[in-house]
Parts: sequence; C-alpha cells; structure tokens
Amino acid sequence: MTNHVSLTINGVNVKAPEGATILEAAQSAGIYIPTLCYCPGLTSEGTCRICLVKVENKKKLHPACRTPVKEGMKVITDDAEIEQVRRVTLELILSDHDFNCLLCPKSGTCRLQALVNRIGFDEQRLNRLNRVAKDLPIDTSNPFFDFNPNKCIQCGICIRTCREIVGVHAIDMAYRGYDLKVSTFGDKPFKESVCVSCGECVERCPVAALIPRKIEYPTREVKTTCAYCGVGCGLYLGVRGNTIVKVRGDSENPVNRGELCIRGRFGYKFVHSPDRLSSPLVRAYDPLERVAHGIDETVKPGKALTAPLVKREGKFVEVNWEQAIKYVASTLVHYKGDHFAAISSAKCTNEENYLFQKFVRAVMETNNIDHCARL
Amino acid sequence: MTNAISEIGETGCVFVIGSHTAAAHPIIGRQINRAVRNGAKLIVADPREIALCRMADIWLRHRSGTDVALLNAMARVIIEEKHLNTSFMKERCEGFEAFEVAVMASDLSLAEKVTGVPAEKIAEAARMYASVSSATILYAMGITQHSHGTDNVKAVANLALLTGHIGNPSTGVNPLRGQNNVQGACDMGALPDVLPGYQKVQDPEIRKQFEKAWGCRLNRSPGLTLTEIFEAAHSGKVKALYIMGENPAVTEADTSFIEEAISHLELLVVQDIFLTETAQLADVVLPAASFAEKDGTFTNTERRVQRVRKAIEPVGNSRPDWMIICDIAQNMGAKGFDFDSPEQIMEEIRTLTPIYGGITYERIDKVGLQWPCPDTEHPGTPYLYPERFTTPSGRGQFSPISYTPPAEMTSHEYPLILTTRRSMFHYHSTLSRKVAELNDLRGEEQVEINPVDAAALEIEDGETVKVISRRGAVQAKAKISRITPPGVVSMTFHYPETRTNVLTHAALDPIAKIPEFKVCAVKIEREIEYGAEYLGWGTGKD
Ligand code: SF4
Ligand code: SF4
Ligand code: SF4
Ligand code: FES
Repeated sequence: MTNHVSLTINGVNVKAPEGATILEAAQSAGIYIPTLCYCPGLTSEGTCRICLVKVENKKKLHPACRTPVKEGMKVITDDAEIEQVRRVTLELILSDHDFNCLLCPKSGTCRLQALVNRIGFDEQRLNRLNRVAKDLPIDTSNPFFDFNPNKCIQCGICIRTCREIVGVHAIDMAYRGYDLKVSTFGDKPFKESVCVSCGECVERCPVAALIPRKIEYPTREVKTTCAYCGVGCGLYLGVRGNTIVKVRGDSENPVNRGELCIRGRFGYKFVHSPDRLSSPLVRAYDPLERVAHGIDETVKPGKALTAPLVKREGKFVEVNWEQAIKYVASTLVHYKGDHFAAISSAKCTNEENYLFQKFVRAVMETNNIDHCARL
Repeated sequence: MTNAISEIGETGCVFVIGSHTAAAHPIIGRQINRAVRNGAKLIVADPREIALCRMADIWLRHRSGTDVALLNAMARVIIEEKHLNTSFMKERCEGFEAFEVAVMASDLSLAEKVTGVPAEKIAEAARMYASVSSATILYAMGITQHSHGTDNVKAVANLALLTGHIGNPSTGVNPLRGQNNVQGACDMGALPDVLPGYQKVQDPEIRKQFEKAWGCRLNRSPGLTLTEIFEAAHSGKVKALYIMGENPAVTEADTSFIEEAISHLELLVVQDIFLTETAQLADVVLPAASFAEKDGTFTNTERRVQRVRKAIEPVGNSRPDWMIICDIAQNMGAKGFDFDSPEQIMEEIRTLTPIYGGITYERIDKVGLQWPCPDTEHPGTPYLYPERFTTPSGRGQFSPISYTPPAEMTSHEYPLILTTRRSMFHYHSTLSRKVAELNDLRGEEQVEINPVDAAALEIEDGETVKVISRRGAVQAKAKISRITPPGVVSMTFHYPETRTNVLTHAALDPIAKIPEFKVCAVKIEREIEYGAEYLGWGTGKD
C-alpha cells in the first residue's frame, strides 16, 4: 500500500500518495496549475517555469511538476506575485516566437496560445523584449511531418518522448544559449537520422514545431484495431466523407495505451490507394466464349482492383459480381474433395477465417486449408 | 503468448531470441524499453546487431541456426550450477531425466565452437535468466523459421520449465506472432488438421458436433499444409486453389517453384484488395474490402479478441470477404451461409469453439477479451498455465533435443549465409508498399553486408549486386553495415521487384512445416559495369 500525505492547496485540504508531485496532487483535486513542458507519462524536467507555485516557509517559488508533496505542506498556486512571474516567463518564451497565429496550423489546439489567453502579457514589455523571430530552415525531409524550429519553445517534450517512450533517442538539444535547438544527431535532416517516423513526438509537441505534413480534421471517429501486426494496437480512424484522414491511438486500449508505430499511424493510406481492385476480373480464354458470356473487355493492365475480375487469354476482363459469383460457384462444384485446396488469410477477420474454413470443409468436402504465416 | 503484452513492462528479466522486436513489433519493443527503465535485465540473442542490443545487459551473437546449441548450453549451466526451480519441476513437470542426459551430452566448449559465443558469456546469461524471480522469453520468426524450428521452440520451453519461469504474471514464454490476425486464423481453424478452437479433425466426437451444427458430412483425414498444397498443385493432385488475402508468389520460400505449381492448376481464384503478384496469375480475381470497410474481430498475439469496425463504405465495387464467401456458398446451394452480419457469425463461432465461448460483441466493445474465455461470465485469461499445462497429464514436458545444423550449409561456392529480416517501415509485401510515404522512407531492397565481406568482394556501399543461391538470383543495392556479422548477409522480403524468396530454401520443419526463411547459403557477385576506367581512357586512376 502506498502511504498518503495530506497538504493544503489554496487552503483546500488534499490527500495525495507519497511521492506524487504538487501538480499531480492539484490535478487530482481539480485545481488548475498552468503547465507547458509537463507531459503525462514522461519524467518532468521543469524547464519552462510556468507551473511555479508558492510553498509556505520557502523563499523561492517551486515548479509544481517537479516538487514532491510533503505532509502538512501549504501550497498557493495563484496570487499576484505568481501571476507576475508567470507573465514574465511567458513573455520571454514569446519574445522570439513567430506568432502569426492566424496562419498557423496549430491555432486552436496550441498550448502556448491557450496559456497566453489565460495568463495574458504586457504588450509594452513584450515589445521591449522582442527579439527578431528566428528564421531557421524548416526540415521537410520526413514524408509524414515537418519540423519548424522557429516555432519551437524548447520544452523538450519531444526529446523525452523519443527517449523514454519510443526508446530511439533520435533527437536532443544541441548548441547553447540563444542557438539552443532540438536537433538530430549531427543536425542531419530527420529522414537521414535514426528516427523511425513513429510520430509520437509530433503527437505531443504543444506547439506547431513538430507538425504533421497534412492536417485534415475528421468529422467522425471510428474505434478499431490496427491491421498491420500481431500486437493489435487499438486506434481511432478519423473519417471525413468516405475518406480516412487521420489516425490516433486509443488510450483506453491496454496493449498500446494510446501509442502507435509508423505503420499504425500512417500506414492506413493503402485503403485509398489508386491500385485497389474495383471490379471482379476473369481471364479471357477465347473470344467466342467471351461473347457468349456478354463480357466486355475494358481492363487495362495495372488497373486498380475494385470489382471482381476474370482473366481471359492472358488478359483480364471486368465482369459484374453476379457473373463472377456464378462463374466461381459453377466451376468449384466440379472440384469438390481433395482436388481442391484453399489458403486463408492472417489479414482477414476471425469471422472470415471461420467462414472460409467452414466453406472448405462443409461445402468443398476437404480439409485442405491453411494460411500463409505459420507463426 | 502465455502473458499479456502489458505484463512485459513489469518483468525482472527479458530474454529476446530471434526477434527484431523494435522493427517487427514496435509497441512490444517499447514495453521492453519500459521494463529496462524499470530495472529489468535484458538478454538478447541474435546474430544481427539489432537495436535492442544497445540496451542489453548481455548480447549473445550466436551463429544463425545454432539456437538449440545455445539454449541447451544455457540449460546445462542452470542444471550444473543448481539454479533449478526444483519444487516447480517436481510438482509441474516430467521427463527431466531424459532431458538431462541429452543436455549433459555436450559441454560448453563445444557450444562455444558451434555458436561462436564465448562459454563464459553463455553461462552469465543463463545465471541472469535463472536468478530473477520473474522472467519472460520473447521469440519470433528468428526461432521458428528454421528447418528445425520446432526443436528451437522446445529448447526455449525447456529453459522456462527448468527455472519455473512460466505460469505467473510477467513470467512466461511469449512467441510474437507476425501478421495482425495470424492468431485468429489459427484459432478459427484455418489449419489442415484442426477445426475451430484447435479441435482435432480426426476426433470422431468433435466431427460429430460440427456435422450436426453445419448439417453436412466432414472429411476425416487431415488436409495438406501450405507447402504441401503447392507440391500437390505441382504434381497435379490439387487442381483448383482458392486464395483469400495472401500473396504466396512473393512471401513463400522458393517462389519460382510456387509459380510453376500455380501454372499447373486448372483453376486459381484469388480474393484480395490489390492485384497482387499472385492475383495476376489467377483465373478469377475477386476484389475484397479492407479492414476499414468491414466489421469483425482480430485476435492479437496475446490472445486478445478485439473489434474491427467499419469506418467507410467499401472502395469501388469491392465487397467484404465474408459476404463473398457467403454468396459463393449460397450459389452452390449450401445451407448455413445466410449471415447478415459478422456478429451473427461470431455467435455461431461461440457455440462451437469453447475457448471463444464467452466472446460476444457486446463484451468486447471497449477493450477486448483474452481467450480462453469459456462463458459469458468469464473475465478472460491474461496469462496461461497458472496451475496446469495443456498436455494430457497436465504437466510440462521436458523435451530432450540436440543440435542439428541448418538444412543448408555454406560451401565453397556459396560461402555466405542469407537471413531474411523485416523492416520497421513495411509489413510483408502488399499493404504498406501501397503507401507512397513509406516507400519514400525505404523504397528498395537493401542487402546488408558486413564491411569485412564487402572489402573481400570489393563491394561499395550502394552499388547494385547480385545475390545468388542454389535456386535463383536477385539484384539489390548493397548496404555495408556492421549490424550483420561477417559471413552473413540479410535481406527483407517486402519488395516484389526484388523477390528475395526466390533464393530461400523450402526445407521444412518436419512438424510445424515452416520453411527455412532464416538460413540459406548464397554468394554475392558484383554487377560489373565496364565503365570508362576498364576501357582505358577513364579517370586517370590506376
Ligand atoms: S518520430 Fe518517433 S523516432 Fe522520430 S524523433 Fe519523433 S519520437 Fe523519435
Ligand atoms: S519541437 Fe515541440 S516538443 Fe520539441 S522542444 Fe520544441 S516545442 Fe517542445
Ligand atoms: S500500430 Fe504498429 S505495433 Fe501496433 S499493431 Fe499496428 S503495426 Fe503493430
Ligand atoms: S510545466 Fe513545470 S516547469 Fe514546465
């Protein structure tokens, strides 16, 4: 059993497990403390100083995200002095930020923007502080996301994500002072680094510094399971019209707890590939038969598959579903028994595998069924 | 898997053998990362310097195909140094005597010679694995894709039995299954010898049950396995083949044989979402809908049955696989295929498959359930074998096995070993290759070769080379890298343009019938371009 300690936050009595931080205690009690570099699930580094709070009998202000609770502690999260300090801290962050918010893709979901709205700033002081916004090149080497260092607030969340969650350690802080920036090893473009393009850092970046290449907002989300590997991560497909535009991890799923790998996050695009089969195809054997079957020859090689096809004379012709089903059914009748074999799929659902083996065993009267991957 | 994925993070020791986890199962790779951050020991046994090696306490770089020698040597150390869990062995296992004899037959110095791993390192790994209170072994295709894959799996199990590292949370033997629903395909009886729920086709009682439910007579003899199917097709015994959602013309070993076999067929029906290499050889191609266009369930590697939900309408004129099967069956006059939804199918599965007895769409709506789940009150089973094993006696069986070399050894002519691997960026051959951005990251096959071999063959990084085995030849770009040890080259099989499996060896494991993807003998030749310098008026270099 973990022991609990009691403390007061803004005069309210709060109980928290031993070892918890002031921030966690406040959050569980429903008390808001502004944060920026804090990210649940990662170690706190306490670099941004936005979450500073007062602890009674202590001279300095303490970062709530790093200060552990103690028995009898008296914490103040908000007063004029704290407000003032937070404001100045925020102004320093803003001083070299390119805040062309209207044109920024993060506008509306940006955590910096939200803080500015909440804490506010002193325009005169900000103007005095204002340095020129950085004008560093944007790294667009990765096909899935861009890195715009000019918007980066050096919170370090991406670095901790990559190190602690993904275990890749592709990025770190490089250079010093004003030149401090997030960088891959040797400051190479992302594509040439050891980055595995999982997108976890992009997911957590509070601003538009690490940002998906193409942002489309889905109109609805459908909870489902990743179709790539046997881990079976839970995910939400974001759909707009009849198109999938975004995937996010399902934090409720005990397997991946919201995380995804590159294939799960970005690999869904095969669904909308122009190469999809769009009609049943039959192979054309001879022209007479073709006329007899009323089949029109319209398929060019390499065409997308979205309808059943039958192949003829080395060429495929499109047929409609009724023709295709009838053709297969009437032909298979002649192969009942051990002349027939079937290969099922480790990509299809349980229901489909069940049905397929039932078909093979009950209708085709054979046990010749297997699937491709034997592990 | 005997354990849940989330249990890996809590274990005291992770032993990874034959699994490039970070690439093949990235999210499980992160669990290993979590375990190590929580203080777990990590032992990695792999010929290649995979990403995990950097984190590992011990990295055993054994030669490809010598897993049994390595695992037996570890068992010997555990026995000799008395790290055994004797009470576990007494209460729950049998067959130790014969096993002990087999293991003691070869000593550590021999193992060192065979595996190339220093004896002291083997012993150290054995001690590390045996001395913790909870330990989990993770393995994947690196263990099973060998002509003696079943032996490998048994050798892994022996270690767990010796130390009692099985049947508890975070403690067990965990094969990581490759494709998203390979577990489910097996559970559902897409296997030649078992009906759904691993119920033997040969058992008349079981057959009777299914015959009653399905209203038909069932064939009593087990069918052909995948590789046997193609052999039978080649010899004309199998005349019609129906392939749903697989691409054996690229993913199977020795693909030229497969293509020849297909050409002998009278009828090939392929049902897929793309016009795959296999579909191009078909007589009839039926366009199927993708996972985003249908309802159903997948079962992951930890036996968790989870929902798949329809997000969009089928693309083009495609249809979900289950509808197509129903249509064909009904058109042939068959009864029992008039389903309106996958949920109805699951209701039927439930009544015939005891391990799925308690799985309903309602219960798995949010998080899924891990089988065995016999009834609708059962909470599912996160880890297996807490009290007994599924052997007839309920006891864990020690298997006396000894090392046999891979079916194909290197020779003077074919001096290098080729092992196949997976890339993080792609999966098998079809789906991910249709994503332009993924191709942008890794667009072509690369054959990894150690600098030592590259220097001997005068191969430069990025140059196109020919990889030749006794069965065929393919071209690929050379990537000089220390990841692969000297004497070994490695390739993936994601690229139909470079049919790696033309090279691989179809020698089968006698029991599991898995082809030997992981080891085959090859040679590498340069594609010599008679450029300017050869003709004498070139660059001035000599
Ligand atoms: S995408 Fe993934 S691997 Fe790449 S830097 Fe971000 S967290 Fe690290
Ligand atoms: S890129 Fe984003 S997450 Fe990383 S340090 Fe900059 S602002 Fe923070
Ligand atoms: S997100 Fe990645 S690890 Fe998870 S199931 Fe999909 S492919 Fe596997
Ligand atoms: S959130 Fe606490 S220091 Fe940044």
